Formats: sequence, C-alpha cells, structure tokens
Amino acid sequence: MSKQSTAIPKAQSQFGAVWRQFRVHRGAVFGLVVLGILAGFVIFGPLFWPEVKLKVAEALKVKNQGPSMRFPLGTDQLGRDMMVRMMAAGKVSLAVGFVAMIIAIFVGTSIGVLAGYFKRLDGPLMRLTDLFLSLPLIPLLLVMVMLFRDKVASIMGPELGAFLLIVFAIGITSWMQAARIVRGEVLALKEREYVLAARSIGAPARRVILRHILPNVVSPVMVAATLGVAEAIITESVLSFLGLGFPPDFPTWGRLLFDGLQYLQLYPERVIWPGLAISLTVLSVNYIGDGLRDALDPRTRGR
Amino acid sequence: MRDTSPPALVQVDGLKMYFPIHSGVLRRHTGDVKAVDDVSFSINAGETLGLVGESGCGKSTVGRALLRLYEPTAGRVIIDGEDIAQLSSEALRKKRPTMQMVFQDPQASLNPRMSLSSIIGEPLVEHTPMTAAERQGRIYELMDQVGLNRRFANRFPHEFSGGQRQRIGIARALALNPKFIVCDEPIAALDVSIQAQVVNLLEDLQEKFGLTYLFISHDLSMVRHIADRVAVMYLGRIVELSPRDDLYARPLHPYAEALLSAVNEPDPDRAKTRKRILLKGDLPSPANPPKGCNFCTRCPKVFARCLTEKPDLVHVEYGRQVACHLFDPINTASGSTGGSEDQEHLQHGVTQ
Repeated sequence: MSKQSTAIPKAQSQFGAVWRQFRVHRGAVFGLVVLGILAGFVIFGPLFWPEVKLKVAEALKVKNQGPSMRFPLGTDQLGRDMMVRMMAAGKVSLAVGFVAMIIAIFVGTSIGVLAGYFKRLDGPLMRLTDLFLSLPLIPLLLVMVMLFRDKVASIMGPELGAFLLIVFAIGITSWMQAARIVRGEVLALKEREYVLAARSIGAPARRVILRHILPNVVSPVMVAATLGVAEAIITESVLSFLGLGFPPDFPTWGRLLFDGLQYLQLYPERVIWPGLAISLTVLSVNYIGDGLRDALDPRTRGR
Repeated sequence: MRDTSPPALVQVDGLKMYFPIHSGVLRRHTGDVKAVDDVSFSINAGETLGLVGESGCGKSTVGRALLRLYEPTAGRVIIDGEDIAQLSSEALRKKRPTMQMVFQDPQASLNPRMSLSSIIGEPLVEHTPMTAAERQGRIYELMDQVGLNRRFANRFPHEFSGGQRQRIGIARALALNPKFIVCDEPIAALDVSIQAQVVNLLEDLQEKFGLTYLFISHDLSMVRHIADRVAVMYLGRIVELSPRDDLYARPLHPYAEALLSAVNEPDPDRAKTRKRILLKGDLPSPANPPKGCNFCTRCPKVFARCLTEKPDLVHVEYGRQVACHLFDPINTASGSTGGSEDQEHLQHGVTQ
C-alpha cells in the first residue's frame, strides 16, 4: 500500500467502544453498582457475618425481634438471624434468576431464529411454541418436579438437584415470549438488503445468521432477558411457596417474602427486606440491559 | 463475422420468475404473480445494458433472479459459461465472486452494526484465504478505488452520507474482482448532484476493470448516459431492446415511445414542440395479465390482433428487437438468439 497508511487510526476494540458508551449511561452504571453490591452481599457477606448457631431455648427467646446491633435485620418467628437468611436466600435467588433467564433466552432465541430464517421450520417450531404457551405452567412444573425430583436429587444431592431441576423447569417454560419476539424480528430482518447482499456474496446461512441477523435482534432479546430475570425469581418463589421448590428450611428471597406475609401487620420489615432485594435486582438488571442495548448499537454510541 | 464476435458474458434465455399466490383456508396454490415472464437478452463483456421500466414491471426481480437471489421458475441464466439457474449451492457459492450486486438503498444494504472495513472485507473473508493484514490492505485499496478516505475504515454506516454509503456498497461489490455487476437502481435513493458522481464512478471502474453492468433504473436520462443498449420492460416482459442512440432517437414500441416522451426536455424551444403521450388507465395486475399483448389495455395503437395474441420479441431492424404486432420481423438467418450477437456487433461498431 502507499505512504498514507501510517495516518490511519488503529481499529479500536469493539469491547472498548461498548464499555465507553456503557459508562455514559447513568442508569446502567447505577444498575451495575447496585447489582454488584447485592452480589457482594450474598457472596462475601457470609464471610463477615457468619451464622451463629443458637440452642432452641435461646432461639425462642430472641424470636420476632426488631433490628438491633446483634441482629441488624431482626429475627424471624423461629429466632433465626434475618441477615444470614437474606444472604443465603440471595445467593440462590440470583443464581436461579440468571441461570433460568440464560436458558430461556438461549432456547427462545435459537428457536426464534430458526423459525424466522428457515421457512420450512417456521410452522413446526411456532406450533411447538404455541403448545408450550398453552400448557398451564403450575401443573406442568408440579408434574416435572414430582417426577424428577428424587431421581435428580439422588444423582446430584438434594440442594444442587433441586437447583438444577428448578432452573431447568423455569427455563423450559419461559422461552416462548423470546422465541416469538425473535421470530418476528428475524422475519423482518431477513428481507433487508444487507442480508440479501450477504447472500449475494455467497455467505452460508449460519454466517448470515451469526453476522447479520443475531446482532440486530439484540435489542428485543435484551429487554426480554431483563424481564425474564424478574420473572424467574418470582416463579421460583411461587414454586417454593407451593412446596415444590427447595426444601422448606432452604431460604430464597421469594420464600422469605411468603414466610413474612403472615406477619405482615406485626413485622412488616420481614416482607420489606426480601421485597426490596428482589425489586432492586430487577430494577438494576433492567437498567443494565438498557445500557447494554444502547452501547451495543453503533448508531446510538457516542451521543 | 459472427465467429469472431466474443461470446456474450451473460446470456439469459426465457427467464421466468413467478411468485405463487396461496389462498383459501387450505392455502392452495391458486395463481402466480408473473413478475418476470419469458425474458431473454444477452450482455457482452465490457458492455452496459440498461434496463428501464415503470415501478413494479419486474426490473429488480430480473436483477435478483440473475444472481439467483430468487430461485427462477424457468429459464437459463448463463454467466461466464455456466448456467446459474442450475448450479448446486456449493458450486453457486464458488461462482459468486464472478457476479456481484450494487443495491438500491445504500442505507438498507449496509449492516448498521458492522464497521466499514468489516462490510467491505466480508466478501474477502468468505472467499479468500487472506490474513487479516492482507485483507486490511485490500480494503484500503478498494476504498481508494471508490474514493473513500482511508480514515473512515472503522466508522459505521450511519456516519456517512448517502453517496458515501453507495460507494461503500460499490467497494463491497468490487472486492472479489467480479466480471459482472448488477446495479439495482444504484442512484435512485441519491441526490441529483451525487447521482452524477456515483454514475461517473461506475463508468470509471468499468473502464479500469473491464466490468460488465446490468444497469437497472427508472431514470431514463441516466440510462442514456451510461448504457450501451437499453431494454424496456413492461409488466414482466421486455418490449423493446435497442441500441441506446436508436432507442432515444426513434423508439419503436408504443410503450417505449410513451415512456421516452415523459423525459424532460431541457431545451425550452424544443420542449414547446414536444409531444407528450399520456397513457390511460393503470398497469394491469401481473397476477392476471391480459390475454393478448401485455400492453393492449393501454396501447394507443391497439388493434384486433393485439387482444388475442402475445407478440414475441423479434428483430425488426438491424440490431433492434421489438415485441409488437405493428412491426414485421426481418429475416435473420439464425433467429432471435443468434441475431442478438449481430446487434452487439453493430453496437460495438457504434461505440468504438
């Protein structure tokens, strides 16, 4: 090439550009910080605030206490430290929320892209989606948990088994919205001229999908994903409430919420803490998704 | 004479592109939209064939079917010795570098999430074993050729003007050194001042690389500027295929006559005497074309035979093909396909 080439700016990394734009989005940074604090609280909290085992007699004496120096979040009706329970519960709830969301988005996006791009698969896959949508969620989960809980538990142990089963069950029953949204987007995108251009170049279908279709369905997927986290956390609490989720002594935010519900009038803080944690998680994930969506789109970058 | 003539780079025979209509509860196949109905033409290497016609007459469909972006219903499309319509998908992929396309809407034909260098580099990634550095070198070279500053390499399509975007599209089409480029209304979405730039760029590139163009447009004066021969389409069929100067001086087919009478005349004196032929009625539906000549519903010179019999595209004068019952075919020894080579001869005589 010629002497000019020295004056050309080096290609900046995609990641750098995305991160720079992400930082501009105030809500997204706020969301990231809040989510970071929540994650730190549930992961590293137990290191600084170990659980104190109390005898039954001691526990009975300290039950239903309000916030104090010894129990910053009070105690529950069995005299257990709410702070400890919030930490343990958060770990499970966050893990369930994110893993179930990832499963749902992965399945939903794959099915949506295949149905939208390949005309022959459209009918069968979308009827499958309709089938899943028409299934009543709770009875289905009930049957799944009933059938598989013991088998999975015997292989993986009761806690990991329950976790996997619940995550899988929630993931497999909540991908349909994403699939429908993605299919619609793909149907519109594949008629765009740049997809036609890629085909005229001779790009095979998988590369057209990966390079041209998927990056352009990020926005709706991101929205569906952030909403999915909230839904997964709530669904998990519903399951636990029905006695189908984790064992009763195994706290999750949803479970704490339901346990606290009976004491709402006497001890409202027992509902407020897990409720606040769930709300903050959902809110911060939403903002992060919003910021990511903007940062990933070169058209809004640098504004 | 005929033996010495170069074989046509692009030879289209009886190309048909029907889009099926499904209706009723059972989605039964009840008819076809005959977007392209029995179109034949040939383009010589280094030549530009203009394809004109009103909206919806099937111009773009011809262009896309030629590159097999649509699966043609029938017909042969021979490009550089191979029938595109019959190739297997892998063979077609290997063939793709020979033929490229420049699209109408420069905004829509560039992926908004890809940087300029990855857009221009995409064909190279697909078809060449270049390393990243070699590829970058080729991308810069292409950007120089179409007049884009090398500093723009990492920018995104939305940061460019329409004319620049079209240059990006042209650079992408050039990346693999194609022989044949379909320009699907490349200037329709551009400003008049930019149109001239882009057309001149296309002409320069043709001269430099010996490219062959199918130039699809509804802008008759632009086609007059760039094309060597012009095909006029109406409702999925070619009604006249003539050398440019002959067509613009004296259109034969009544539709071509009407179409050309719509071109604005810049000279006010001549504009006063200009006779404008106004066609009555609407374009018939391509799903249900007239039984006879496609143009018989609106033709000012219609007569009985037109209503019952479809005219074929035949040679009526040396180098000129017209599909109209008003004109009698002249005797060419080898019929219409052989004759098309004659006319290219003539054309070469005119241009050289």
